[in-house]
This record gives sequence, structure tokens and C-alpha cells, in this order.
Amino acid sequence: MLEIKNLHVQLEEEDKKILKGVNLSLEAGKVHAIMGPNGSGKSTLSYVLSGKKGYEVTAGSAHLEGNDLLAMAPEERAAAGLFLAFQYPVEIPGVGNMTFLRSAVNSQQKLRGEPEMTAGDFLKAVRAKAQNLKIEPDMLKRPVNVGFSGGEKKRNEILQMAMLQPKMCILDETDSGLDVDAMKLVSQGVNALRDKKRTFLVITHYQRLLDHIKPDIVHIMAAGKIIKSGGPELALEVEKNGYADLLEETA
Amino acid sequence: MASSPSSDISKKLCLDESLWANCGQWIKNARLSAAKRVEGQGLPKRRDEYWNYTRPDAFLKEKIDFDVVSNKSFDIFSNNLSTVIDYEDGVLKEKKLPVIPGCSIESLQDAAKLDEHWAGAVYGVPEAAGQDPVKRSLAALNTATASQGLLLLVSGKVKNPIKISAVSNGSIDSTIHHIVKVKPGAEVTLIETGHYGARANVVLEVEVEKDGSFHHIRVQDGQQHNSLTHIFGRLGSNSTFKSFTLSVGGTVTRNECILELLGDSSSATVAGACIGDDKFHHDDTIFVTHGAPNCESRQVFKKVLRDGAVGVFQGKILVKEGAQKTDGYQISQSLLLDDTCQFLAKPELEIYADDVVCSHGSTSGAIDEEALFYLRSRGVPKTKAIDLLTLSFIAESIEEVENSELADALLMYLTAVLEVR
Repeated sequence: MLEIKNLHVQLEEEDKKILKGVNLSLEAGKVHAIMGPNGSGKSTLSYVLSGKKGYEVTAGSAHLEGNDLLAMAPEERAAAGLFLAFQYPVEIPGVGNMTFLRSAVNSQQKLRGEPEMTAGDFLKAVRAKAQNLKIEPDMLKRPVNVGFSGGEKKRNEILQMAMLQPKMCILDETDSGLDVDAMKLVSQGVNALRDKKRTFLVITHYQRLLDHIKPDIVHIMAAGKIIKSGGPELALEVEKNGYADLLEETA
Repeated sequence: MASSPSSDISKKLCLDESLWANCGQWIKNARLSAAKRVEGQGLPKRRDEYWNYTRPDAFLKEKIDFDVVSNKSFDIFSNNLSTVIDYEDGVLKEKKLPVIPGCSIESLQDAAKLDEHWAGAVYGVPEAAGQDPVKRSLAALNTATASQGLLLLVSGKVKNPIKISAVSNGSIDSTIHHIVKVKPGAEVTLIETGHYGARANVVLEVEVEKDGSFHHIRVQDGQQHNSLTHIFGRLGSNSTFKSFTLSVGGTVTRNECILELLGDSSSATVAGACIGDDKFHHDDTIFVTHGAPNCESRQVFKKVLRDGAVGVFQGKILVKEGAQKTDGYQISQSLLLDDTCQFLAKPELEIYADDVVCSHGSTSGAIDEEALFYLRSRGVPKTKAIDLLTLSFIAESIEEVENSELADALLMYLTAVLEVR
């Protein structure tokens, strides 16, 4: 699904190298988790893959189903099936959540050359999916993320994911700012989308999210590189011993 | 000393025979005193403090050497149940004006034939009061020379909005003077859409008496044209005045709004938004005077500029001695879509009372990159994402419109305008 090879990235504005040769191969239908200490480059990886400005790729490549991701505009990557659930979803006053969802769905269909969803079908789909995520109808009418609690914002991200039906989902610290109940709800939303054709990359600091979203493979990232990959037990090891041991091991 | 060509224009206009023939005494008196104001004050010059950022030339030139095209592609408020009055090329189209409960509607040209009229106590009165401390001679010129306009006497709560729909094609120079008097406890919503001519000088005088309420929504569109508008409002105690203007067309537009809060606990809101490119020059000049205690006023302006467009905001809050517990608020913001456009803002506060809250702010900024990325990451193409963020920027000013159906209609209209931009 997603092939990342020897990815080197630095900040555009300053001479600071963040990713120093990331290699990842994510198969269809699998859930991969990336864990790592602060500043290891986890979020940067998610931004570079989704096309945020401010980063310069100095070497390496990233392909989604064989398509060169790095050559595409952010909206083209989305239409190709990539989705990033933001750590800090952006508030957009004055634009209704529903309007926003509708333009996102329509835009992607248009970019892919598919027929647009009718207003009725769209509404039906949103309502059903919102209900699963315990999103009140009122939240759909309100401006995008404005006045939403931390939990509401994250559920809203998952609602977008559910509506857009991406192939490759990246969750950037989706657990941050969530209490236990909210985390369960968000995880249920994600788990409902697990599918043999859909791949997840879950970025997190903590094991606890992985109790709810069970990964197939866990990677440890440090100083801009994947330093270790393994099964779910790797996450438990980190939870128990912290990153220090692992860092020493690879030093 | 030879007189300047522009003072010749005003003299010539003021002496136009048709303004005096078959006219009643009240209008003759009003025009004569307005003509004297023009003569005494002279017409605006570039070096006048409040004409620094907008050249008055567009409104002073004798001839109009361009055509305007009406924008008929968006029929805003067509779904909102309203009483519609049409103007074409600056002239009232209806022979018979609508009769509605709670409000009498007359034309200025008909009322002018009478010797006495209630309008005699309003026509030119707020305008004359509004000449101090800042001269607004072109408004006085309007009072002296306007032969077209509507006179609304509101005595009850008028349910549906009254809509003036103006269209004009060609090089019409129009002068329009509307009057609204809202009697105690009465309520009305006035909508104005379109434009009255290739060049228009429009005055709207509003008197809102005790407990009355006046809502005004205006949409200025159409291709190139120059519009100068003045709203003069005077508010009695416990009354409400709300005006919102959306400008999506025109070349040089100057919207002045001069409000006096004369009665205790009155509340005034002036808000506006504009979107423009290229030669678009949009000026909001606001002067709110708090002359009584416990009053509230808000000014909320948003300007979206692109490709060399210029936005001007001159907003003043004057709190007179004794106007304690005044709550004054002012915000003017611009969204600069590229680095070729300009926003010139001059917020002013002048306060002579010691127990007041007044705040003002002004910002200029570009599209928020974080929000743009968020939208694009969801598949929304860049241009569409910029439109959505533009809408988001303007929406805060539309929130000042109390009637949510009309506010929604404005948002939908704006969405349509952005789509074809």
C-alpha cells in the first residue's frame, strides 16, 4: 500500500534535518504503529506524507499504490486515498461542518472523475456514521471544530475518515487530549473502518491507544529513523521500560 | 477668484429648474438649505482629512465615461418573502407603490409636489446634523438635488422585509435619497440590492424613535461603477439600528455611515464585508456618536482584497460628556490574498466620559496556511479551500445580521459569488 524508502527530510526555513532515512513498507489491511520519544520525527513523517508546506525532501521516496506521493498536491494525495487525522484539528469559523464534509467528499469524487454523491445519499450517510460516533446532529451544523471539546474534535476527524473512505489512514497522536471514554469511542470508530483493503499508520507516544486499536506491527522511531520493528509486544516493552533501553541498544 | 470646475457642477445641479418647478414648499426649503451647505463648505478635496485614502475625483467628475452592467446572475433574497420595489437606471419603476400594514411607502417625487409633508421634519435633517464635526458636502449636494427616493413611515412591526432592487446598465448618473422614520415601538427591515447607476450618490436618512428598531441589509454588486453612499441615523432611547453591507462589485465605493445615539440605552451596529480585485477600491467611513448614557455600538468590517485592490476603513467612536456606561466596539480586518493589495485603516476613539468601555482592533493577514493545509488534506482543491476560508473570514461580519434566514441567504449568495470568481 505505502512504500517509504530512505526518506530524508529537513525544514525548509532552517538547516535542520528531521528524517534521516526512514524505510517503511505498509501492506494492505494492516495496522502499523509508530512509537517514539518527543522530537523523533513521527509527526513530521505524517506531514511530509500528506503534503504540508515547510519541509524539504532531500532524498528518498514515498509511493501510495505505486503513485509517487511526493509529487502530488495535498488534495491529490487525498483523492488518491491518503488521509491524515490531525493531532490538532483546525477550527474554521463560519463554515458549517456539513458544508465542509460535503465539499471534501465532492471534491475527491471530482478529482477521481467519479460521479458526485446526491445530497440525499450524502445526508443519509453522514447521519448514520455520525450516530455511530455519538456525534450529535447539532455538531454537524456547527462551524468546523469551533467550540468542540478535544474529544469532539477527534471524533469529527474519524467522521471525516468514515465519509471519505481512504485507503491509507494516518492517525497522528489521535489519543492526545482524550479521556478514557473518548479514546474508546474514537478507537471503536477506527476499528469499524478496519478492512483488508485499508491500511492504518497509528502514531502515538503511549501504548494505551494500542490497547484499543490493536496493531499488527509496531515500529520504534528515534532521531529520524526507524530503529526497531516488531509485533505488538514491542509496544508493551516500551510501556514497561521506556525508550531508554531501546535507544541504548541501537546506539 | 475663479471658482473651481467642481463648485460649478454643484451650482449647476442645485439650480436645475426641474428641482423647483411644481414642487411644494417643504422640499424647496430643504433643498435650498442643503444647497447653502454645499456652497458654504465646498466640495471634498484630496487634502481633506477624510479623503486622504480615497480620491474624491470619481464622484466629482462632470462626465461618466464608462458603462455599468447589472449583475443578474444571482437573485439574492428571492426566496425571502419581501415587498419588492424596483429601481431601473436610478428611477423608480413602479407606478403604484405597495400598500403594506404598519408602513406607508411614498415616493419622494410624489411627496415633493405637496406643500406640507411629514418628511419635511426628516429630509436633510440628520444629514445637516451629520455635517459636524466632519463635512460631508456630497451628501448635502444629494439632499439639494435628489429627485428620486422612497419615504417610509413605519408605525407598526412590519413582518416582511421591504426590498429595493436596483438595476442599471449604461452610463447613468443617479442621485437617490431615501428616508425612513420608525415610530415608537415600530420595526422594519429594509433590503437594498444592486446598484442605481454607473455612478450613484445615495443618501439614506433614518430616524428611529423610542423602542423602535431598524434593520438594513445591503448588497452592492454589478460591474464597474462608482458609488458614494451615506447613511445618517439618529437613535432614540432603547432603540435598535443595525446595518450590514456586502459589496461584491463596483470600482470606487465609499460607504459612509454617521450615527448618533441620542436616547438612553440605544444600540447601533454597522457591519460590512467586501470582496474585490484589481481596480476595486472600497472605503467604509463610519462615525458613531454616543450622546446618551448606557448605549452600545458595534462596528464590524471585513475586506477581502486581491490583485491590487484597495480597502479603506475609517471608523470613529465619539463618546460625549455624560454618555456614561457606553459600550463601544470596533473591529476592522482585511484578508490580503496576495501582496499587491492594500488595506488602509484609521480607527479613532474620542472619549469625554470617564465610565465607558471602548475597544478597537484592526488586523491584516493572509490565508491561514494551517487551515488551508487542513482543507486540502481532505481533498478540497486549493482554490476552493481559499474560497471556504474567505467565507469563514467574512462570516463573522454576517453574524451581525439578526435575521438568520437573511444571514443564510447572504452566505449562500457569497458562496455563489466566490464560485464564479
